[in-house]
Amino acid sequence: MSRVLDVENLRISFPSPNGGRFFAVDGLGFTLDRGETLALVGESGCGKSLTSLALLRLVPPPGRIESGSAIRLDGTDVLALEGEALRRIRGRRIGMIFQDPMTSLNPVFTVGNQIAEGIRAHFPVSRAEARDRSLRLLQEVGMPDPAARLDAYPHQLSGGMRQRVMIAIALAAEPEILVADEPTTALDVTVQAQILEVLDRLRDSHGMAVLLITHDLGIVAGRADRVAVMYAGQIVEEAPTARLFAQPSHPYTQGLFASVPRITGPVRRLNPIGGSVPPATAWPAGCRFRPRCPKAFARSETMPPLLPVGPGHRMRCWLAEEPGSP
Amino acid sequence: MTALAEALRAAWRDPRGRTGAILLALIAGIALIGPALLPDPALQVDPVGAANLPPGPGHWLGSDALSRDVLSRVVSGARVSLAVSLVAVLLSVTLGAMVGLVSGYLGGAVDAGLMRLVDAALAIPRLFLLLLVLAAAERLALPVLILVIGTTGWFGTARLVRAEVLRLREEAYVRAAEALGAERRRVIFRHLLPNTLGPLLVAATLGIGDVILLEAGLSFLGLGVQPPTPSWGGMILDAKPVLVAAPWAGIFPGLAIVVTVLSANLFGDALRDAVDPRGA
Repeated sequence: MSRVLDVENLRISFPSPNGGRFFAVDGLGFTLDRGETLALVGESGCGKSLTSLALLRLVPPPGRIESGSAIRLDGTDVLALEGEALRRIRGRRIGMIFQDPMTSLNPVFTVGNQIAEGIRAHFPVSRAEARDRSLRLLQEVGMPDPAARLDAYPHQLSGGMRQRVMIAIALAAEPEILVADEPTTALDVTVQAQILEVLDRLRDSHGMAVLLITHDLGIVAGRADRVAVMYAGQIVEEAPTARLFAQPSHPYTQGLFASVPRITGPVRRLNPIGGSVPPATAWPAGCRFRPRCPKAFARSETMPPLLPVGPGHRMRCWLAEEPGSP
Repeated sequence: MTALAEALRAAWRDPRGRTGAILLALIAGIALIGPALLPDPALQVDPVGAANLPPGPGHWLGSDALSRDVLSRVVSGARVSLAVSLVAVLLSVTLGAMVGLVSGYLGGAVDAGLMRLVDAALAIPRLFLLLLVLAAAERLALPVLILVIGTTGWFGTARLVRAEVLRLREEAYVRAAEALGAERRRVIFRHLLPNTLGPLLVAATLGIGDVILLEAGLSFLGLGVQPPTPSWGGMILDAKPVLVAAPWAGIFPGLAIVVTVLSANLFGDALRDAVDPRGA
């Protein structure tokens, strides 16, 4: 498979209240191949949404992508682009589905209008042609009665239908990469499954690479090829999905799995991770999970790099080098 | 545009809004077709001896010191006053909207520069600014007067729109449009502007009352609409020397100003409450 996206040492900083800057995303790196799905998993505040915005250079000011970061899209350095060249990437090369379909659609325009906007931003087509394509997109995302919905306003649609519209908009300019930022968080469970099914189908039919950003391990299984677990602005563990589920190695990942209720097996109390994620302004020195980690030891005082655990499997923990572990 | 239609409907349901709208429509209708229906051409001077006649048959609102029919002049004055205020308000609202949109959306140095300009302009009283310009020119043509009034009235609107844009800019759909690769111009005109139309319409409606008063004031000072073109402010100026002998020559144009400004403000207030119910 060929590489389509390569992110290296991504650092995003914000001014801190006491002067200076703090790093909300700190040295993040991952790659994405064509047709592949990578899941970026983490708690809220770990920097995963910020990472997705950075791919399109939409980090809200006063946030800033630090120099030394690299985002390469098919060899193009996204961080060096400006103006029109940057606009041509947004939507056209990387499409984005936002978390909340209630607020991500403009209330004063019909949905057909908003899908057509994405088409006309990148292709020189007539209004009629854009409308035809919008209709086809609505059919593709499984919108019931698509021809009538084309002229509906967002408030006339249900949450699930709106998320289908969001997906249609993201697909409007036929991007190579689809970034789905918590695409189902705002939806009912039954609708979640439908939307995820649509995403899977479209990924396969369009051969897109998908970056799935979520806090829900449940929707990752059976969907993503690889998983990267984020904690406090860093990737702490990265592995093929099956391997991560079979053999979570980083204490944080293990903690995540221990806090998910199981349907099978004996009923027992959930085992949540103690404490809470520290704010980005107060990350501890050394391993950032150290204060909450049941396995912290002397070496945790220094920050571990990503260390190999197995084939395609790395984690940011010194335990990888300890004999008899993990 | 459904939100705007909704706001207009709500303003219509409000008794103030309905009263204001009906009165404004009535005044606009009179201004449009009135002059054609009145037998006495507004500017023609009657034969000697018809000066300062009290209201009665022939001159329903009396005649002024130059024997002109007051009714005809009040009706023709409506045309001038409304035209001046409509065009001037349209101009200032457009300017204010543009500056506010650009300033709020682009932010940074552009925003800082434009807003300091607005701050400076707001620090100078508008009447003083107008007097300065108008006193410098010997005699101003009507279009120039409109231009001057229009270009000095947009500062508040720019602030209003900017504040609205700062809020809208954070809306998810604006970010979604950017992520889609929409051009800046497109984001501004398609996603931001339509969502600021409500406050803009309120500013425009309330602005009409302001400009009518301003124009009347300037004309009363002899700096606005120049004779013989009839204007309400100018008529009051003409009536000043004979105010005791022939009060009707000043009272009726004054009444016209009051009713017009009142109805514009009534409608504007109702509209404001409809657009932003929290302020009610």
